[in-house]
Amino acid sequence: MAQQTAVTEVRVSRLGQIQRRISETKLPWVPIVILTILLVCAALAPQLSPHDPTDKDVINSRIAPFETSQYPLGTDILGRDMLSRLIFGARTTVYISLVALGTGMIVGTVLGLIAGYLGGIIGATIMRIADAVMGFPTILVALVIVVLLGQGTENIIIAVAVTVWARFARMIRGDTLSIRERDYVVLARIAGVSPPVIILRHIFPNVVNTLMVLTSLQVGQVILLEASLSFLGLGLAPGSPAWGIMVSEGRNVILDMWWLSLFPGVAITIVVMAFNFFGDWLRDYLDPKLRRA
Amino acid sequence: MQRYILSRVFQGLIALLALSLIIFMSVHLSGDPALLLLPPEATTADYEQLRENLGLDRPILVQYGTFLLNAVQGDFGHSITTRRPARDVLLERIPATLQLAAVGMLLAVLMGVPLGILSAVKRDSLLDKGCKLFAIAGIGAPQFWVAIMLILLFGAILQWLPTYGRGGPSHFVLPAFVLAWSIMAGMMRLARSSMLEVLDSEFVKFARVKGLTERLVIWKHALRNAMIPLITFGGISLAGLLNGAIVVEVVFAWPGVGRLMLEGVAQRNFPIVEATVLTSGFFYILTSLFVDILYVYVDPRIRIE
Repeated sequence: MAQQTAVTEVRVSRLGQIQRRISETKLPWVPIVILTILLVCAALAPQLSPHDPTDKDVINSRIAPFETSQYPLGTDILGRDMLSRLIFGARTTVYISLVALGTGMIVGTVLGLIAGYLGGIIGATIMRIADAVMGFPTILVALVIVVLLGQGTENIIIAVAVTVWARFARMIRGDTLSIRERDYVVLARIAGVSPPVIILRHIFPNVVNTLMVLTSLQVGQVILLEASLSFLGLGLAPGSPAWGIMVSEGRNVILDMWWLSLFPGVAITIVVMAFNFFGDWLRDYLDPKLRRA
Repeated sequence: MQRYILSRVFQGLIALLALSLIIFMSVHLSGDPALLLLPPEATTADYEQLRENLGLDRPILVQYGTFLLNAVQGDFGHSITTRRPARDVLLERIPATLQLAAVGMLLAVLMGVPLGILSAVKRDSLLDKGCKLFAIAGIGAPQFWVAIMLILLFGAILQWLPTYGRGGPSHFVLPAFVLAWSIMAGMMRLARSSMLEVLDSEFVKFARVKGLTERLVIWKHALRNAMIPLITFGGISLAGLLNGAIVVEVVFAWPGVGRLMLEGVAQRNFPIVEATVLTSGFFYILTSLFVDILYVYVDPRIRIE
């Protein structure tokens, strides 16, 4: 009981510390605003877009941006509304990167914790596989997986997740190796606590910071990878409202209809930069030690 | 040291084996190669005959072994579309990719390193801030989009530069820049931070106290010591360049290995896919291995665990 109170007290004071630190730090407002807009667009895409993103309207095709209020950002060759496609593109980007990164993060973290805590043959095997994945450029790995599985949303998610998990596994394993030797873990082991419980209750809470920083720094990479695959025609079905596909569709008519490629590219750049800035800030804020990594 | 090199070689071999297994499986899981090769009027007997000729009737592990043995000797079979040996098609494309990577690397080093050093020397100046913005944009903007926008600007509107294909020196400008931008950004940031660190050290302060000119202090004493992380980064980037070329080669219609790889994927031309992916993977592993060894050699302070 006494122990319980002590733990709560420590937690409360740490929470207070964090609150104080937040009020003292300068939050990165620009990235936060951009990311909020992105998430709102993704969540409310059907409500926010003025048109259906796949609706073809041949009479109103090839309208330049800022000409009519009906199509504020213009239309493409098939008369599809650019603004609506951009908004639905935000949804595609958020959905794919969230699921892919989430999958990669969970798999990587679990395997990293296991490899770090158990070590031995299992740990070595996990790390050799991770090394093999990280031994090649991400786009090559993703391309091979798309060849293996074929196109489609799920397969893109798998391809991205496969390139991501290894980074998490390596980082988390490194952290776990040092935490494993700390007194409270050693004592828990002596007290007969089972490995799953030790990993979950004593080790995992200590890798959460690393996890958050790594995740936020990976988002930009994941978005760029997904966009590149879509651009190369290895991603979603042609015609889907995805930013990479939109840039690719505008490529052949770039001279007549510059807006088709320009807007989705700007959207990707702004979102990736916002995530990168936010990740940098989070890293400096949570763990300045990670700067060098 | 020897043990370290051996373990790195071993690790690279395992990675290559894994890659070859996945590529081999992707061919076998995504359809019967015999069906792809046969003309529509072929009979069942033809089919059986071809399967036997190709060795498709043997156990899968034996097939993988044969595939691996042939691949090591550079034999990847014949291209499905042109019937030429995949190796010959690949060899034709390698010079274009190597040239582009070399020019890109040169550009990244020649622009990235001096700009990074100047940023460090003139810290917080307008130049420093401008370089930072340039670097951030280079890391954030997708290569394929930057390429298209540059084609629009310099190729179509200003008509200064050719926008596709391989040719004279002017053909290199746009693709090499797109390829180099993100690496240039990395070089710049790394050169800046390691230069700042070195400029703050005791021996640089001593060189200044000794009365050496600022130019000599920066370019001789500080730069030499700031170079070490740059060498590693350069090596890793070079390896990445050879493969990162896929997007750039596609947009600029550059006849290199990356574009060949993508064409192979689009046409389901598996011998070409196998040849390009395995060769790229091999070169990537080889380069990073070389860099790791070079790193230990250049900086004897590094001790391996």
